[in-house]
Amino acid sequence: MSRYLRPAARLAATARAQVARPAAVSPFLYKTAVVSGLQKRTYADATGVKEYTVRDALNEALAEELEANDKVFVMGEEVAQYNGAYKVTKGLLDRFGEKRIIDTPITESGFTGLAVGAALSGLHPVCEFMTFNFAMQAIDQIVNSAAKTLYMSGGIQPCNITFRGPNGFAAGVGAQHSQDYSAWYGSIPGLKVVAPWSAEDAKGLLKASIRDPNPVVFLENELMYGQSFPMSEAAQKDDFVLPFGKAKVERVGKDLTIVSLSRCVGQAMVAAEGLKKKYGVEAEVINLRSIKPLDIETIVKSVKKTHRLLAVESGFPAYGVSAEILALTMEYAFDYLDAPAQRVTGADVPTPYAQKLEEMSFPTEPLIEQFAAKMLRL
Amino acid sequence: MFSRATRLTRAVPVRAIAPRATPVSVAARRTVTTNAASAQVASPVPESEDEPFQVTLSDESFETYELDPPPYTMEVTKKELKQMYYDMVVIRQMEMAADRLYKDKKIRGFCHLSTGQEAVAVGIEHAIEKTDDVITSYRCHGFAYMRGATVRAVLGELLGRREGIAYGKGGSMHMFTKGFYGGNGIVGAQVPVGAGLAFAQKYTGGKRASVILYGDGASNQGQVFEAFNMAKLWKLPALFGCENNKYGMGTSAARSSALTDYYKRGQYIPGLKVNGMDVLAVKAAVKYGKQWTAEDNGPMVLEYVTYRYGGHSMSDPGTTYRTREEIQRMRSTNDPIAGLKQHILEWGVAAEEELKSLDKKARSHVNEESAAAEAMAVPDATPQILFEDIYVKGSEPEFIRGRTLDENYYFKN
Repeated sequence: MSRYLRPAARLAATARAQVARPAAVSPFLYKTAVVSGLQKRTYADATGVKEYTVRDALNEALAEELEANDKVFVMGEEVAQYNGAYKVTKGLLDRFGEKRIIDTPITESGFTGLAVGAALSGLHPVCEFMTFNFAMQAIDQIVNSAAKTLYMSGGIQPCNITFRGPNGFAAGVGAQHSQDYSAWYGSIPGLKVVAPWSAEDAKGLLKASIRDPNPVVFLENELMYGQSFPMSEAAQKDDFVLPFGKAKVERVGKDLTIVSLSRCVGQAMVAAEGLKKKYGVEAEVINLRSIKPLDIETIVKSVKKTHRLLAVESGFPAYGVSAEILALTMEYAFDYLDAPAQRVTGADVPTPYAQKLEEMSFPTEPLIEQFAAKMLRL
Repeated sequence: MFSRATRLTRAVPVRAIAPRATPVSVAARRTVTTNAASAQVASPVPESEDEPFQVTLSDESFETYELDPPPYTMEVTKKELKQMYYDMVVIRQMEMAADRLYKDKKIRGFCHLSTGQEAVAVGIEHAIEKTDDVITSYRCHGFAYMRGATVRAVLGELLGRREGIAYGKGGSMHMFTKGFYGGNGIVGAQVPVGAGLAFAQKYTGGKRASVILYGDGASNQGQVFEAFNMAKLWKLPALFGCENNKYGMGTSAARSSALTDYYKRGQYIPGLKVNGMDVLAVKAAVKYGKQWTAEDNGPMVLEYVTYRYGGHSMSDPGTTYRTREEIQRMRSTNDPIAGLKQHILEWGVAAEEELKSLDKKARSHVNEESAAAEAMAVPDATPQILFEDIYVKGSEPEFIRGRTLDENYYFKN
């Protein structure tokens, strides 16, 4: 109840009340939204659960953290007057002013370095990349200036910064705008890396990222911004944070463990439903939430029950998140496996533009379902 | 055609059409003097140590770009001059101690010494407050000392000791202390980070400034210009400063830079080139710069014309890309310590005996500190020490992976 009295919540409520039109409209987006539309839009029910889009959840998280701490500011290309290239920062300029919501020139290396400097100086910047594809221009600042400084200084120079923005492939944007960087950042000591799937993930993990005293890479997904999820009453509060390094079992099962992250979690959920309908098997779906640290405990616990593991992600296959999950499963749970652990990943190909080719480059629900069925010899 | 032609003419800045007094030579121009003893005393030198008196800097101390030059007359005290002298001698001695330790194979990896460039670190520190910020490249020992690090902490770090300034985790290039943000190993990357320090100063209010240093080699990095742009755009209190020691590793300024007037590299930012061998000129320039930022004029691009006596790093003899005569000439005629010493003696600030005792004091201090650093324990080779400080204490993940699963380190949170 009291959340309506809080300005941040009011802001997010206004944002929701406005037309919830996705920033990037594409047939592909609607298609995925329909196919993986596990939830349908509802209003608060008796338990206080409400529907939030991922975009609204991110916006609310930012607004609440900006409200709570003067040291927090948002910086990036088009975050202020344009309201965010994907409207994640919509309304924040009006509410918090240009001192704290800052449009930067298109100069990733420069503004990332500048944000890191501000963080070293004691501020808590939220550095938005229009997409993580552009962060490659700035990856030296993320890795060398942000991630390593605490250790290099012997623990005297912390860097509380959050790097966020859409990661992974979108729809029809070609090779240079369609890469998943989870594995890149996941391999760097000193960084924490998270990738939300649902609206609750988005809000809880973003708030945790901003509050965490370490550099955090927060990997969103453009195709998820417009998707709606139920948000529990607890998650609607401004003290809602999710812990790092803890995965969530989104669907309980006994026959197969599907470990996934970000948008692929939704696809895995659809595939799991298909497996149940067609073959009567129950797949357990684990939403990683956190890439670094990785919750191997939850994975092993599940494998002990299901004896089979399938990792699903949309990154390039080589040296990827799935490769890490398979290796860890082999190391920690080899004796519990009844079959080799497998993975569904993006194809080892620069993302093509043509729609059918693009679809062939990334995991789809039917592919996950078929491959899982094959694994289970169904 | 006609309108295009007129537009073109209008677009050309006036200064480009105006006949130049002196043609720009292709070779590196370093037109400010590098004479370290070119100032003159302008008022009687008082008896008292703390009473200020005036000195006038050589009119070849500065060159400016879109900027009025700093006042050529500055106030100093006897005490301050002696302190500057002592600071420079300590840094020189400390670098020489590092040189010895390196040659004894007690220092590992890279080691970049600033011998010859002491006036820059000392002049800057004497112009700013402790609340201001400094960030520099890997040639950082002198700056770390001036920002408040002890000689033993710096040398201890070089020796990889637990009581080194970064607890043995950073090494030669990574030293941090209050108001000092490194010690950065990636050439040029510290420049936008430094702009971020200035951003934070503006964000939190107050009259602080950030001194951001980079070499003539780094000045060609794209992100330097990105930082310039944002600093000007947002009027950040950033004092960018190119330490032009003539060579980026072994590539001379003229072979790396299309425009070797580094103080003009800010284009839309006023520039100030300063005799970096004269500690007084450096102090005057930075003080002027600090006043400039305090008056909310935004950033300034300084160029400290200096010279490094040694090679780029310990593995570089420093003689393949420059002549021994050049080094010898700079050492014998432009040395910042000898220059200040000459002033002190000529102006009667102190007698030779007193300076000798300062030399001796600095030498014995560095020797003691060096011995203390050598006596420090190395970090225990334990997982607890290896894995600490990757993340802020209390916010670590449950465990961190070692080389094998058996070596995984679990935090006791």
